[in-house]
Amino acid sequence: MASTAKAVEPVISAAWGKPQSWTLDSYRSRGGYDGLKRALTMEPAAIIDEVKKSNLRGRGGAGFPTGMKWSFVPKDSPKPKYLAVNGDESEPGTFKDRYILENDPHMMLEGIAIASYALGVHTCYVYLRGEFKFQAERTQAAIDEAYKAGIFGKSMLGKDYELNCYVVRGAGAYICGEETALLESLEGKKGWPRLKPPFPAVVGLFGSPTVVNNVETLASVPPILAKGAEWYAKLGTDKSGGTHLVCLSGSVNRPGVYEVGMHTTILELIHDDQYGQGMPKGRKVRAVIPGGSSAPVLGADELDVALEFEALKMKQTMAGSGGVIVMDDATCMVRSLWRVARFYAEESCGQCTPCREGTPWQTRLLRKIEEGRADMSDIDMLSNVASSIAPYPPIGLGNTICALGDAAALPTHSFLMRFRDEFEAHVREKRCPFGDHPWGSFGDWS
Amino acid sequence: MAEPLFTPEEQKKFDAGIAEILSHYPPDRKSAGMLPALRLLQDLKGWLPPDGLRLVAKNLEVTPERAYEVASFYVMYHLKKPGKYVIDVCTNLSCSLWGAEKMLAYLEQKLGLTAGETNDKFTLRETECLASCGTAPCLQINEDHHERLTQAKLDAILARLS
Repeated sequence: MASTAKAVEPVISAAWGKPQSWTLDSYRSRGGYDGLKRALTMEPAAIIDEVKKSNLRGRGGAGFPTGMKWSFVPKDSPKPKYLAVNGDESEPGTFKDRYILENDPHMMLEGIAIASYALGVHTCYVYLRGEFKFQAERTQAAIDEAYKAGIFGKSMLGKDYELNCYVVRGAGAYICGEETALLESLEGKKGWPRLKPPFPAVVGLFGSPTVVNNVETLASVPPILAKGAEWYAKLGTDKSGGTHLVCLSGSVNRPGVYEVGMHTTILELIHDDQYGQGMPKGRKVRAVIPGGSSAPVLGADELDVALEFEALKMKQTMAGSGGVIVMDDATCMVRSLWRVARFYAEESCGQCTPCREGTPWQTRLLRKIEEGRADMSDIDMLSNVASSIAPYPPIGLGNTICALGDAAALPTHSFLMRFRDEFEAHVREKRCPFGDHPWGSFGDWS
Repeated sequence: MAEPLFTPEEQKKFDAGIAEILSHYPPDRKSAGMLPALRLLQDLKGWLPPDGLRLVAKNLEVTPERAYEVASFYVMYHLKKPGKYVIDVCTNLSCSLWGAEKMLAYLEQKLGLTAGETNDKFTLRETECLASCGTAPCLQINEDHHERLTQAKLDAILARLS
């Protein structure tokens, strides 16, 4: 497809790929820290109102309105308040935050400074997934620059406001991207999610009020302050302001991170010349996971839908963390689900029985079906096991402390709903109908 | 007499590292430094020997059992001595669509190891998502990412590992 999708003015990715874009000098030459300068002339409550008006929604997966989250922090708490940045990017299909950290870390740091000033925070922890060694080093270098430039430290751009910022690396546990598990990990414990309520905004890190925001969410804050909430809100839809980053991977010619408007459809993302540039080897789309591996899968006839929270919700799926995974018409759906199910079985923290027992059970059943050793009752059993972890619908009311249970069950429910005939074909034929399946037929591993 | 855990040089690095880590947390929250302290120990020794876990626990004023509990929860900590090079191959959906399963099979054959096994030089593991889905297939060797891998690229990387 030629380029027909309406391009957007990049907000987050404007400097990506430019020389030395990660340095303070480069950032300042692009108007960097102008948002903070304006914020420091405002009352903290007015900054929170500005973020509310912008309709910025959290970019970590849940899509909760950011300004509202900030407003839950009690103003009169005698305890210190904390900001925790969630950079524990680990969901299959999702790889946007690393691009921000690699290309423009000061954008996130400016967001940290603005959020901290608005919330009365004097200590911020940037929690990055353990595997992000390079990204952690680049972030630390930017933090060092910010200290030297008088942005962090004893005063903030000359204003008597102290802010300290530390990078903490995780050690390989997807569950630590869940906000309360992240706080447990920051406290030096294993990442076991906490029961909510109380919510972290009231009882968070070290028992103190804590805001947990995703990397992209915080990077979106400086332009809102610099250019105004109305400008930002108009870039999006009625309920969701701004542009957003989508991560395109799987069966497409040009995988990558793209900044799109909320109106951009999945079909445009896959085929448009600005983005995915179509399918390799003349294949056709079979299915798409639209928001990270936990988002319910869509079939090929459901893809003329905007990559936006409300539109995807209408299709009973979700925008989630922005990870769009494309599967082509030669891809086995049972094997795809098996791969996804293995992830959740591996990453379950083991705290809740339905998730601890159910996720490996799903994996075993899927392997049995894929290898042609199952009978029809195994397909029903798979559906029952998924329902025991989290019933479907609705989304978000599972039987576990955190949403990992939902995330593990949703793919199973949705794959079975849309591609049940393929599961049954495995049983009938006692083998994978794709035979010597074509996995890895792109690149040079064919 | 048991061999000391650290050389004098390592001891100096460990002490300075612990002091730096603890400066990031409130004085009554020393245990919060657990993850960075375990990483510091592993950077120095290549794994987390029991004596080292006890030393971390002592510095953070927690029990050794607590240090072990945390270390055993996270996959990046090695409670057993791994090979010189730990190779983690992502085989999740996006990577597999670009050949990761075949890449893993190639590595198993080339290294003479099944995923999960270790010899003196290599530990080979199948892992879950390294946030490189757009640059698949990928793997990590110790802490370095390698992306958009082809057989020729992988062979060249392996040839450089002494």
